[in-house]
Amino acid sequence: MIRIAKRAKMSKAKSAGIRLLAILLALLTSAVLIVLALSLHPLDVYIALFKGAFGSAYRIREVVESATALTIVSLGITIAFKMQFWNIGGEGQICMGAFFASFLALNFPEMSKPLLLTLMILAGMLGGGLWALIPAYFKAKWRTNETIITLMMNYVALKWLTYLQFGPWKDPNALGFPKIANFADNAILPEVFGVHIGWIFALILVVLVSIFLNHSKKGYEIAVLGESENTALYAGVNIKRTIITAVFISGALCGLTGMIQASAVNNTLSVEISKGIGFTAIITTWLGFLKPAFILVVSILFAALVQGGSFIQTAVGIPQAVAELLQGLILFFVLGCEFFIRYKVVLEKPLFNVRRGTKE
Amino acid sequence: MTSNVVSFLAAAIVAGTPLLFATIGEIITEKVGNLNLGVEGMMLMGAVAGFYVGLKTGNPLLALLAAMACGAVGALIFAVLTVSLRANQVVTGLTLTIFGTGFAGFMGQSLVGEIAPETIKTFFQPVTLPLLGQIPLLGEIFFQQDLFVYFGYLTAVLMGIYLYKTRFGLNLRAIGENPAAADAASVNITLYKYVHILLGGALCGLGGAYLSLVYVPAWAENITAGRGWIAVALVIFAAWNPFKAIVGSYLFGGLDIIGFRIQGTGFAVSQYFLDMLPYLVTMLVLIVVSMKKSQEKAPPKALSVPYFREER
Repeated sequence: MIRIAKRAKMSKAKSAGIRLLAILLALLTSAVLIVLALSLHPLDVYIALFKGAFGSAYRIREVVESATALTIVSLGITIAFKMQFWNIGGEGQICMGAFFASFLALNFPEMSKPLLLTLMILAGMLGGGLWALIPAYFKAKWRTNETIITLMMNYVALKWLTYLQFGPWKDPNALGFPKIANFADNAILPEVFGVHIGWIFALILVVLVSIFLNHSKKGYEIAVLGESENTALYAGVNIKRTIITAVFISGALCGLTGMIQASAVNNTLSVEISKGIGFTAIITTWLGFLKPAFILVVSILFAALVQGGSFIQTAVGIPQAVAELLQGLILFFVLGCEFFIRYKVVLEKPLFNVRRGTKE
Repeated sequence: MTSNVVSFLAAAIVAGTPLLFATIGEIITEKVGNLNLGVEGMMLMGAVAGFYVGLKTGNPLLALLAAMACGAVGALIFAVLTVSLRANQVVTGLTLTIFGTGFAGFMGQSLVGEIAPETIKTFFQPVTLPLLGQIPLLGEIFFQQDLFVYFGYLTAVLMGIYLYKTRFGLNLRAIGENPAAADAASVNITLYKYVHILLGGALCGLGGAYLSLVYVPAWAENITAGRGWIAVALVIFAAWNPFKAIVGSYLFGGLDIIGFRIQGTGFAVSQYFLDMLPYLVTMLVLIVVSMKKSQEKAPPKALSVPYFREER
């Protein structure tokens, strides 16, 4: 007889071991896939992946840049997920943040640099926050399913940027090429140690979000609401206001990322601004157990995976989508292994050896 | 004018067919109590598998089987994780979408730009049904379509009957509403969940294959363009009822193509705003549905709540 029983709390080392094993199994599974589908040596692919991520100073810089974006978006998503508000609209919020910030960058290039950049940061956060506020409002008011609304809004935001890029914001000096004009120098974030200053923002935000979630009243209310709405109600939490505040912050952090990407990485606004960060961040958020410090580590690893993925396309000649496949597999295995951390499978002999009658 | 409207409605049905398959698939999955947000991923998996097999063999039936199998494999991953291993359904579904997108990108890399073979195109030529096809207007709209569209009508009706008129349907609805009671009535919950989640995945795969084999019919990256998500919303719109899903799917099929039609008439609206329409209307529909909550339109009570006999 097989029985499933809840475990007593498992030691940290042991649960970390199980998770590590899950990731190794994911790598092994994709290795099998690589051999079967591409008849390549999986080690070659993994080595190329690693080289693509850390092989040169330039590539390391790229990894830091995309880790920055992933970390900040994941932190935003964490705040919403803690509340069981499934914000999968990171992509759209990044787009709208970038749109708000770009509006300032393109219209006020003569403003002094510190002022312009500060305003752009605020505008970016406002743009992402407001975009997230729409599903939050309906969720708070009528419990409208936020998963689909946030997702639909990704497409709307993307079409909006497409409209701008091919329509009113098209650079007349680009010889008919549909692109938006590059920002003036004043609107571009400075670099620190060769990488744009966003990485410092990310580190500061890891600390701030951690304090917010674990040591502030609002953070506590968010966690309570996520666990049980009835408990929150009983404890006197203002549910509507908590949803609105938390989701605004969530969207604002995504919007900030949009501003950083537009200003420092692309130096302009384009439809490719979000590059799937909003989706990858969902994985990193979950793999980081909604804990800011873990999220930072996972984001760096995933940034390396994405960066390495774009490299293997040219180096080994295999599709970039392998990296995406690998991300999905890793998360599948980690999701699955949680079971073995929470439960144990007990094989036991029946107490009495009663011959069972036929059913019913 | 009439001929314009008729051809528009007939085209709306074609555009709504992939949505119909995916919506029915998700209805079955949700009725048995599992919220699978991997519809988009399973559609893409089915689309690429169907197209690949269709291209290599030229056999339409093999292509459809491959699409169903591949969609079901995606659903199997979801079922193992959420039913047996009790993982969070929302996150597992999202991961399945990401995985399916990666899978389709990976398998489809060498297929980009390929066109579906002639044998398949001819197989899915519109066929006028005897008698029904002769009905003025209605016949032109509904019964001068390809075989796949007819299969869509059939699937929706059969699934509706299965859900509401058979013992299996009763059991599966019981699991979605109150698994403990179903368990006490000795319904094999795990088996029911697996079977119907897999069936749902197979239908999503078919929806994807309609896109790549008949609707487009060629391979393009991200061929579903969010239709899987619209299907998830349509489930709510249809109030978990396969018959209402027919109406919803064709309505949204119409929205999908209305942009082109309006442009054709020289009406001065930017194409990009017209492209937003299906997504905006989906949002609107969800909001309106949530505003007036009725008992009848409520989701299955145990939706996305995992069932563990040991933890009752």
